[in-house]
Amino acid sequence: MAIDIRQFHQTFFEESQEGLAGMEALLLELEGRLASGGAGADAASSRETLNTIFRVVHSIKGGSGTFGFGWLADFSHLVETLLDDLREERRALDRATVDLLLRSVDCLRALLDALRTGAPVDRTVIEQVSAALEDSRRALPGDDTGSVLASGWRITFRPRRELFRSGNDPLRILRELATLGELRVEAEASALPAWKDFDPESCYLGWRAELRGRVARAAVAEAFAWVADDSELEIVPLAADAPAEAIAGPHRPDAPAVVKPRGPSIRVSTLKMDALMDIVGELVITQTMLSQSAANFSPRELPRLLLGLAQLERNVRQLQESVMAIRLLPLGFVFSRLPRLVRDLGQRLGKDVELRLSGEQTELDKTVIERISDPLLHMVRNSLDHGIEPPAERRAAGKPATGVLRVHACQKGGSVYIEIEDDGRGLPYERIAARAMALGLLPPETRPTPEQIHELIFQPGLSTAAAVSDVSGRGVGLDVVRNNIRSLGGNVEVTSQPGRGTRFVIRLPLTLAILDGLGVQVGTEVYLLPMVNVVESLRLRREAVQRLPGGEEMFKLREDYLPLMRLHELLRLAPRSSEIDECIVVVVEADGWRVGMLVDDLHGQQQVVIKSLETHYRRIEGITAATILGDGTVALILDVGGLIRLAQTRAGGRREQPVVPLSLPGRDPGSAASTGCGLH
Amino acid sequence: MDTAHTTQAPTDAGHGALQCLAFRLGGQDYGIPILHVQEIRERSRLTALPHSPPYIQGVLNLRGAVVPVIDLRARFQLEPLGPGGPAAVVVVVSVKGRLAGLVVDAVSDVIQLGPDQCQAVPEFEGHAHRRFLSGLATVDGKMLILLDVERLLNPDEWDRIGGPSQ
Repeated sequence: MAIDIRQFHQTFFEESQEGLAGMEALLLELEGRLASGGAGADAASSRETLNTIFRVVHSIKGGSGTFGFGWLADFSHLVETLLDDLREERRALDRATVDLLLRSVDCLRALLDALRTGAPVDRTVIEQVSAALEDSRRALPGDDTGSVLASGWRITFRPRRELFRSGNDPLRILRELATLGELRVEAEASALPAWKDFDPESCYLGWRAELRGRVARAAVAEAFAWVADDSELEIVPLAADAPAEAIAGPHRPDAPAVVKPRGPSIRVSTLKMDALMDIVGELVITQTMLSQSAANFSPRELPRLLLGLAQLERNVRQLQESVMAIRLLPLGFVFSRLPRLVRDLGQRLGKDVELRLSGEQTELDKTVIERISDPLLHMVRNSLDHGIEPPAERRAAGKPATGVLRVHACQKGGSVYIEIEDDGRGLPYERIAARAMALGLLPPETRPTPEQIHELIFQPGLSTAAAVSDVSGRGVGLDVVRNNIRSLGGNVEVTSQPGRGTRFVIRLPLTLAILDGLGVQVGTEVYLLPMVNVVESLRLRREAVQRLPGGEEMFKLREDYLPLMRLHELLRLAPRSSEIDECIVVVVEADGWRVGMLVDDLHGQQQVVIKSLETHYRRIEGITAATILGDGTVALILDVGGLIRLAQTRAGGRREQPVVPLSLPGRDPGSAASTGCGLH
Repeated sequence: MDTAHTTQAPTDAGHGALQCLAFRLGGQDYGIPILHVQEIRERSRLTALPHSPPYIQGVLNLRGAVVPVIDLRARFQLEPLGPGGPAAVVVVVSVKGRLAGLVVDAVSDVIQLGPDQCQAVPEFEGHAHRRFLSGLATVDGKMLILLDVERLLNPDEWDRIGGPSQ
């Protein structure tokens, strides 16, 4: 029976990573309990936590043994041994141990990643942690042999005759030994009876084995754990004449065994699968109904046909929603990495920070989740490093010594908002302005508005020199963060109050595959404006449009003057009409800007499937992607933010103005950055 | 697209027999390796692409894939096909999974070229489009120009408008 066990690798990796994430969270929780000094009071729950952690490591060890990932098995064994001591209270849990265990989590992750992707592992780190784990074990008082690391072991194993009846297989034990190091085995056949007395259900053999390698005695003993009571077992250290190369024990050639990835996969809750099955069931019924009415069609069947079509439409929409839902994952996947980050960073920076997470259950498309993770971590790092002050400074400012970092997620309409808010010192407006002037991003001697400063911090190269540390300011700036977020079709904005804190708001589309768009006609072409950008549409009288000295057209919308962009000019198309009063103005909003976009006509709102232009063509300025309309033709989806930037660079070419907007027409500082979903 | 993968066609006309799709463009016969050809379609309505070279006529919907269409007359700076003449045809080609449509005047034949029928394009200073040609062949006494489809579809070439090679 040949089963290719590689098919289970992916599952093993996913489960292990999930387990490790859980383990990390539990360790942090234990550490928190230690810090608050309440370890004694809830000893029972601490033990339960340790048990849970132990199970995680144990499953990884078991799985890696089964799949032959020797290195991972060895390492997880070391971790497991330490956990076992803690569990059995052979040693007390202290912060140093938790720290060591957290480092072990990192190593296990690195090893798993290496196996999955084939990327090289930083051996020194793993060896350091392995050594630390072994040391911690050796330092144990009262433990005699378990921690002894000899250059090898001589093992004599003579099982009792009944060994087979208890379901044990000596061959399995010997194979397990062989995974620990270099193994040489001799069988003792002296006890074999004459043929006529031979009982196939009895074990007559004994074994003498020599295991070379830096293996803990406990590891050897464990292989015999099931049979130790039923056998004569002797484990003695080998004489020190073992060859030196045997020291290389845990990294045998199998270590870089790389598993070919089978493409990304996703774990789906059975509830979602069931919902999908239900809809498919209904779809089949609808299809039957439709083919029946088509088979014996008469005009009298028409109502039935129309009913069927309406039903089909509903089924397809539900199907679409369910399939999209499968791609959605809770943001908790990313948030779970934050407690550890905040803890490590807080320790390194000497800052007390309390992390408050909320909205972890908010769901986002898997691709978005994967690609938002790094920018998000970066922004949290930023807040810790630049935002939250050291305890002394906080006390001096009359604030509690412990800083609060809030990360909150919520969904509103077709977008997901993530807010990262600290109660730190706020943006250093003067320093940013000075730096920007030095870089030529601002004309000298200007007094920038807060909005301009907020825009400035997203400019490349603008790291306020005094604030650069080894934590942030390592090349990746907020400009990269914003570009990453924009490439996902989202945006990021900041608000800040000096001395009170800074708040970043990331807006992301719920999914990358489907878009709610408004069809607009320009000349002979139809384009789609993403609904998230559309504010309203209106008709203008010719006299409502004024011109600035530079030639830019402006119009008044209620209280504000907004710039008017003629879409056909930006896309270099021939318009149907250049008379303002024959056209329609769509007020759009992107990146904190609000402008009027002049188009020839409006087509309705529709949901479209996004098709990349880059698959067969390339990126086009001002266009995010393409889609296919109901009549089979291709329509392009407009990138509103990109078009506004395009208009600015074109206007900037005429005026030679810096990139920073000097006026923000129609911008309401509070409204764009506030999601109003629960934080305030 | 599952149909996007055809085997890599031999682009040098030098060895072995080469099967070519022959088409006409401005009174001249051209050929492209048949293995690159995915299908031949009538010219349908295209969606214009802003900020693109003039010979990228637009994109078409090929069963869900958004495929750019290159007007070969414009690419080679030939006179545009006048109205009232023959309707242009789109030859959909694929190179390394990338799809593109080539607008040609008319498709004429599929021909088998022996190695002795093909030769390299002679060196000639200042020829604007030499880099898109992979060889010349003689069929029934007439010249057939073999095109380098891979280079035609290469986005890096799209911004070099018709300039001489080197």
